[in-house]
Amino acid sequence: METLNQLAHGFSVAFTPVNLMWCLVGTTLGTAIGVLPGLGPALTIALLLPITYQVAPEASFILFAGIYYGAMYGGSTTSILLNTPGESATIVTALEGNRMARSGRGGAALATSAIGSFVAGTLGTLGVAFLAPVVVKFALAFGPAEYFSLMVLAFITVSAVLGSSSVRGLTSLFIGFVIGMIGVDLQTGQPRFTFGMNELLDGVDVIIVAVGLFAVGETLYMASRRYAGKDEIVPLKGSLYMTAAEWGRSWKAWLRGAAIGFPIGAMPAGGAEIPTFLSYAIEKKLSKHKEEFGTVGAIEGVAGPEAANNASAAGVLVPMLTLGLPTSATAAIMLSAFQSYGINPGPLLLTTQANLVWGLIASLFIANVILVILNLPLIGLWVRLLKIPAPQLYAGILVFATVGTYGISQSPTDLVILYLLGAAGFLMRRFDFPTAPVIIGMILGPLAETQFRRAMTISNGDWSVFYKHPLSLTLLTLAFIGLVGPHIWAYIEHRRRRGPEHVPGDA
Amino acid sequence: MSISDPQAPRSRLAVPELLIGIGLLACAAAVAWQTLAIPVSPLYSKVGPTVFPYITMTGMVILSLLLIVAALRGGWQPEEEKETSTDWKAMGFVVAGLVANLLLIRPLGFTAASVIMFVLICHGFGSRHPLRDALLGLILALAAYFGFARALGVNIGAGFIENELNTVINAIISTLRG
Repeated sequence: METLNQLAHGFSVAFTPVNLMWCLVGTTLGTAIGVLPGLGPALTIALLLPITYQVAPEASFILFAGIYYGAMYGGSTTSILLNTPGESATIVTALEGNRMARSGRGGAALATSAIGSFVAGTLGTLGVAFLAPVVVKFALAFGPAEYFSLMVLAFITVSAVLGSSSVRGLTSLFIGFVIGMIGVDLQTGQPRFTFGMNELLDGVDVIIVAVGLFAVGETLYMASRRYAGKDEIVPLKGSLYMTAAEWGRSWKAWLRGAAIGFPIGAMPAGGAEIPTFLSYAIEKKLSKHKEEFGTVGAIEGVAGPEAANNASAAGVLVPMLTLGLPTSATAAIMLSAFQSYGINPGPLLLTTQANLVWGLIASLFIANVILVILNLPLIGLWVRLLKIPAPQLYAGILVFATVGTYGISQSPTDLVILYLLGAAGFLMRRFDFPTAPVIIGMILGPLAETQFRRAMTISNGDWSVFYKHPLSLTLLTLAFIGLVGPHIWAYIEHRRRRGPEHVPGDA
Repeated sequence: MSISDPQAPRSRLAVPELLIGIGLLACAAAVAWQTLAIPVSPLYSKVGPTVFPYITMTGMVILSLLLIVAALRGGWQPEEEKETSTDWKAMGFVVAGLVANLLLIRPLGFTAASVIMFVLICHGFGSRHPLRDALLGLILALAAYFGFARALGVNIGAGFIENELNTVINAIISTLRG
């Protein structure tokens, strides 16, 4: 009951004209950057971070959340019409959605993905509203040791369990740690990793890292691959309205997708890929139209994964708001926006910043309504955005990247760091290193270090504090299983199948 | 990249991946060097500012060794990436655009530097209309300067184009005020 009261209060915050305007700006911008290949919510929110110095926290978080949700909607449009998944979470949508578009049912694919996103996004947001207070009750019992162990678990799942290789994922994470440690150590005032440069005393801004990896790295990568061939836009054909049969095949997939996506997103592991792939597999198994999968495109194969994607995006907000634990690059950048306001997300956030949290949650409901309107009747507008030619698109992205970076302190040093990170981002793309763990490592690494040192100070330097507390031990054990388990499993499977032969590239 | 023979068995040494592994090892060495440079007060010796850097360094050493082993076993670059040959010319123009921006942003100001970067990057991506691109770049840079940067309250300095425009704008405002 209390949740409903809080939510009602949240709506009174979100329904002020100014906040509605921010929500509209965020969702529109979010859809646009979701549609445009090469731009994502993490990069966009990073570029907009300076706005936190200008407006109230409620306004900027409503804007950021609108971008976050909007990018999910827009990304599926690109996946369906262009077959270039803008984000890893929409890979599965491209599988069936693009086939549907090619067989003349693009309208229905867009409709089921937008309505499915709305249904799952709304259910997921309800999930946030009701689950967050429960997690808070649980989290209040956490001490520094538990927090540290929870962060270790998140580090492992984000970098090692998800993605194609745990070694490469962890490498990205550790690079993030190093970047995060640059600057003055807040507890002792000692400069670290500054190489004697005064410019580095304040640390490296997350804007530079996000822009370097996502904008400069991506542009270099796209330039290097001009020989790879282009995807063509499938012209939008067919009615946007789904037939009764298509509704009948979609709604169960939406609900199943939401049921899979939200819990996985809400776990301190995060990641939208696993729920979308899971949902796809389930829909394929349950479908009465299996022959459509992989041929003309099955509507369930779009409806389920799209719903799972949006529900898990909502789920990611639970650990972010209640534990201060970001599990995606976008969430990590939002966490740095909290830090820029001097707000520490954690169990106390829901009580100390009730206006902010409940206003944000309420605005997510409103964002979903705006987004389904933006993405169905106005779909033609977004399709036109897809026609922006690549040269001008990427050149334009770098102009904005310059504003975002050079604007921090008008220092050419920042541009040098930006380009170095861009080169690193290019190599990471080329050699299949995930980039999100870098951002998560640089934001969450220093927080983990703080909790670690706090725990060690309380225990007087006794390391046993991490394994003598049962909860902390459980979390560390889970992290260890997450790190080692898949390898042991793969080894056993491998032995059983083919004998002791070497598998190439299993790093 | 350098390995273009598709028939090559995957068990041979992969040079680019080996370089990445060695590069990471070098980063770990830099981390060690910088960690040793952190002065530690004896008061903090148990949980001082160097504990986490040392943990990070250890992790990086282990990871770089694992990467080097993987490189010796044939590397991990996805086949699809290996098969696509790198368009060095396109990348060269993008890099030239970035370097030009870095060198010119101080002397010429943001807008002029951005236009030059814009044209070079468009050229790299295959556009063959430098004048049209320059005009587009100018419009976009001005929009970024007067819209985006002002809205965010970000100061990106002013070069001659911005100064001229500011003078014009101020003149118009003062004439309008009479």
